[in-house]
Amino acid sequence: MHPFDYVAATSIAEVNSILAQHGNRARPLVGGTDLLVQLRGGRFDLDAVVDIKGVPEANVLELNGALKMGSAVPLAVMYEDQAVRDAYPGLIDCAELIGGIQIQSRASMAANLCNSTPSGDTICPMIVHSAQVNITGANGDRTVAVEDFCTGPGRNVLEDGEWVLDIVFPAPASGFGAAYERFIPRNEMDIAVAGAASSVTLDGSGKITDALVALASVGPTPVFVTAITDLLVGKEPTEENFVAAGKIAYDAVSPISDMRGTIEQRRHLSGVLTRRTLTKATERAKAG
Amino acid sequence: MVDKVHVKTTINGQEYEFLVEPYMSLLETLRDVLNLTGTKEGCNDGNCGACTVEMNGRIVDSCCVLGAEVNGGTINTIEGMATAEGLHPLQQAFLEEAALQCGICTPGFLISAKSLLEREPDADEHRIRYWLAGNLCRCTGYDKIIKAVQKTQATA
Repeated sequence: MHPFDYVAATSIAEVNSILAQHGNRARPLVGGTDLLVQLRGGRFDLDAVVDIKGVPEANVLELNGALKMGSAVPLAVMYEDQAVRDAYPGLIDCAELIGGIQIQSRASMAANLCNSTPSGDTICPMIVHSAQVNITGANGDRTVAVEDFCTGPGRNVLEDGEWVLDIVFPAPASGFGAAYERFIPRNEMDIAVAGAASSVTLDGSGKITDALVALASVGPTPVFVTAITDLLVGKEPTEENFVAAGKIAYDAVSPISDMRGTIEQRRHLSGVLTRRTLTKATERAKAG
Repeated sequence: MVDKVHVKTTINGQEYEFLVEPYMSLLETLRDVLNLTGTKEGCNDGNCGACTVEMNGRIVDSCCVLGAEVNGGTINTIEGMATAEGLHPLQQAFLEEAALQCGICTPGFLISAKSLLEREPDADEHRIRYWLAGNLCRCTGYDKIIKAVQKTQATA
């Protein structure tokens, strides 16, 4: 492994300065559960890692209508917060199934997003919550929607010197519910063969006013299926309509066959998990 | 060339001060710098949990932590589990229930199980299995390990 320096940064300016100095030869460190494994595996070399866990703004977990989650907040800290659990069960779904407790103690949703694997379990749930990513760097700040963040397997919109400071989730509208499910052959500790996140918003009469579906592990990036939104808005949340949504998902994905599953299995799972998560999201929308 | 990092930390209640290469994992730091070899290396990529230690109150895979990261922190390893009075109840139950064969996974399982019982002394079997999912054993098949944890709960 190429030797790299370790910097425990304590301010945004310090992170910016180190990243600006090293270009693509430095990266922020949060949980290390991807980064350190990739460095040891020789995926790429770095001259420095910048630990952002000591940056106060990256540790914010603030629920004030909307939820602001700093990029260094570990999954376990997030899902142990009762107010966050109550407000965002669709995010808790994914936070509690990534890796084991050891991984959940260190990994963050923002860092999972920055790793940008199509199977990243937190990314699709963030998409269906309409989350916004606040990016910072020496050249200024910008905000990107989660669905626009990933550009390919392991690739994203971050330029050299940029990093994610926090992610903001809008306050759940009245009648909003969300859910995430994945298929793995084991009970725990595996990578999704396919996953689906859905959110549903119902009006007072029970009709769908918004429905968002995103699918994991079935394309080069998370697949945000806007055709399902077009299908479901204005309709009733019926089994029949959700089966139709599943058919759209089946056709919308572009999976590969690999050691985890075949193209056909992943298409099939996309349909089934879309139907199931829309159903669960609807139950939560009615309960909430 | 990179410079070594100066680290001060508390391990098993004892103060440690040492220099470590900035790219060295906590696992390597414990084993190769501090000679605390009770923590084992299994996969070295965050899958098997053999290297589990408690860091600032939470269990982590020490292969996925840098030694430099623990500056100012608190670490608990398997070396801190037994006392002069004897084995920790979990260690005793693992022995009695034959919850180990080769033993490579055992320190990690013990650290994880201890953390669970301190947080949730009444955890049910499902919860115990879920909490220990990040620890892999290739010998005993888990049932004996789960029984040992339950026996510890019953005798607590």
